[in-house]
Amino acid sequence: MVDIRSGADEVIPLAEVEDVELYHPKSWWTHYVFSQDAKIIAIQYSLTATAIGMVALVLSWLIRLQLGFPGTFNFIDADHYYQFITMHGMIMVIYLLTALFLGGFGNYLIPLMVGARDMVFPYANMLSYWLYLLAVLILAAGFFVPGGPTGAGWTLYPPQAVLSGTPGGQDWGILVMLSSLILFIIGFTMGGLNYVVTVLQGRARGMTLMRMPLTIWGIFTATVMALLAFPALFVACVMMLFDRLLGTSFFMPAIVEMGTQLKQGGGSPILFQHLFWFFGHPEVYIVALPAFGIVSDLISTHARKNIFGYRMMVWAIVIIGALSFVVWAHHMYVSGMNPNFGFFFATTTLIIAVPTAIKVYNWVLTLWRGDIHLTLPMLFALAFIVTFVNGGLTGLFLGNVVVDVPLSDTMFVVAHFHMVMGVAPIMVIFGAIYHWYPKVAGRMLNEAMGQIHFWVTFLGAYLIFFPMHYLGLLGIPRRYHELGETAFIPESAHTLNMFISVMALTVGAAQILFLFNLAWSLKRGRPSGGNPWRATTLEWQTPQTPPTHGNWGKELPVVYRWAYDYSVPGAAEDFIPQNQPGLGVPTREHAS
Amino acid sequence: MSVMLIFLAGIAAVIIWWLGQQRLTSRPWLEVGLVGQPGGAERSPIPPVKIGLYVFLAVVGALFSLFISAYMMRVGTPDWWSTPIPRLLWLNTGALIVSSVAMQWAKTEAQRGRGDPMRAALLAALVTAILFLIGQIFAWRELTQAGYVLADNPANSFFYVITGMHGLHILGGLIALGRTMTRSWNGPVTDRVRLNVSLCATYWHFMLIVWLILFALFAGWANDFADLCRQLLT
Repeated sequence: MVDIRSGADEVIPLAEVEDVELYHPKSWWTHYVFSQDAKIIAIQYSLTATAIGMVALVLSWLIRLQLGFPGTFNFIDADHYYQFITMHGMIMVIYLLTALFLGGFGNYLIPLMVGARDMVFPYANMLSYWLYLLAVLILAAGFFVPGGPTGAGWTLYPPQAVLSGTPGGQDWGILVMLSSLILFIIGFTMGGLNYVVTVLQGRARGMTLMRMPLTIWGIFTATVMALLAFPALFVACVMMLFDRLLGTSFFMPAIVEMGTQLKQGGGSPILFQHLFWFFGHPEVYIVALPAFGIVSDLISTHARKNIFGYRMMVWAIVIIGALSFVVWAHHMYVSGMNPNFGFFFATTTLIIAVPTAIKVYNWVLTLWRGDIHLTLPMLFALAFIVTFVNGGLTGLFLGNVVVDVPLSDTMFVVAHFHMVMGVAPIMVIFGAIYHWYPKVAGRMLNEAMGQIHFWVTFLGAYLIFFPMHYLGLLGIPRRYHELGETAFIPESAHTLNMFISVMALTVGAAQILFLFNLAWSLKRGRPSGGNPWRATTLEWQTPQTPPTHGNWGKELPVVYRWAYDYSVPGAAEDFIPQNQPGLGVPTREHAS
Repeated sequence: MSVMLIFLAGIAAVIIWWLGQQRLTSRPWLEVGLVGQPGGAERSPIPPVKIGLYVFLAVVGALFSLFISAYMMRVGTPDWWSTPIPRLLWLNTGALIVSSVAMQWAKTEAQRGRGDPMRAALLAALVTAILFLIGQIFAWRELTQAGYVLADNPANSFFYVITGMHGLHILGGLIALGRTMTRSWNGPVTDRVRLNVSLCATYWHFMLIVWLILFALFAGWANDFADLCRQLLT
């Protein structure tokens, strides 16, 4: 049945595979700045994403200050408010989540987890980061150009995005945003090619696809999706740039603006929405799939139990990836479309719930009778599961056309997507950082600070977004700068808004503690050793911690087993590393 | 978005075919030891750059499919007047075909290890591809002088944007070809040169196919297809 070429205890001679040529840095600059080492690039990606993410965090504070205490902060007028929500959304979705999961975790983990020395195209990988940095800088420059950044909403819907009534529409804002996105996409394509080809061609001997950790499956599938979905955003951005700069009418219908008829006309705003959401929906899963994969590994490691239903987990990842390309128009129920389309897209949307639910069941069944260690990564993984289930359930509401139409423009949608796409992936990011920081830094993150960070973030996020669902059901509209005196909005809604704002400030402050912990533990953290979590996957089996350039010393690892051999009966320890042939003593000493 | 969905279906077919060979139904928890083909060749023998190029071509294919999708959705609106096809485009198409043939010739010569004919063929491909680009610019000038400017009409806008995007991709290919040529100009035909030439050839053929599809689109031959798609969807 199975082609197993050697007995379990036989040690196989190492590496017949030829080594890749490694680029060896010659100076400090090529070592730390213009580095071609995926690990350094990963850290560069992560730091840049965190830095711009902090900007988005501050913006969310400002948004909440305005919503909780309208009229108190004079500098947040309507224009500024729209600029803040636009930049907050765009930064969080693209420049933070996408960049951190794929550029950060992808770069760090892919070569280490598949047993490669580095990415297959290190030079393109370096270019990818520098283009990303350039994109971030251009985006941030939006705050300083005449007219400020664009206030079109993160979806940048035309025609309003390029009209003078929208902040940045006829100024620089929208141009800055579009050019930054175009650069991001070009940069991402360079990185994405690397991630895909490294998984395909860089795997160590014995690392079949079905032995890859689910983290790699998630990142791999998400990258394939991103490579196919980002071109849609690229096309939309290019065409909108032409509309804005050169007066074409791809998206611009006939418009009378301030009493004057614009030259443009006949264009289709719906066309933009199709292109945008053809990217935008897969984007949700581009963020979610790496999170799914990482959380599977965290749960398995910290519950000392093999992942339940590995094969089904892999299939579910692939099926979710495929389905996410045929659901995009569920973001357009209120844009007006053929009812048959609505029916089709509602059906495909609800079908995605099936593989997703399979994954949730499998996580829970992995925990069932496991030896659960409530470490920080595990806490965050558990928080992810409940948050994702919560966000997913409201997704079932919004996936149906008739329910979506009345709820679409309310805070309910804001609460839904922040739960499912904001809080849930961020929980995984935190869990993953607490899990892999010892490998990156050689030291553990401080536990006490981590506990405070976890409980404030987790409970706080619920206190922010649970009441927001209720506000949405009351009919409180989203995107409004100020609610004013409206008959259907009770006084209690304002009080609730104030409460949410206070919570948002608190949760934001907890993130500063987290950043402090990252810096503090770098020097003062407890030394972790090479494999503090006693995990099986290859990145914990490197000869040095942190891994040096080339990852593996002289010989590449050989993989003898899948990634989830925890608590195997008869084994010497409760975990068997992937590169260990038999049940007994490891073949290689774990230097710390 | 029908064109993009058709393209994605093609990609999906390739992915399913590939996944079908990856023993997705195996039970990894039971398989301890070195699994797989003899020699531990879990990876395919194709060099990584080649796979990288294929993946890149999938991205480029998605890009043009999306442009064509957008074209298809915009075509036929009341403000649409088709842009006439300048005669010059036929000549340009010819140049691009010759360029592609020359690349194929270079590839064959490289595989036989004959340096001089290979370099001649590469040069021919380079020159004809540059001719194509110059021809495209002249075609643009011809159109603008005839009054078909970018912003007047969506048909013109699409024509300039899509041909421009295609031209940029040819330009990128020329840079890659230039690097291949400088590397192979004086030395023997090494495996590295052989690989680079074959990569260039693949890219050239792909961009030729893209151009032929675009040409058919602009010439209106694709309209019948568009009508068919619209009938299917409405």
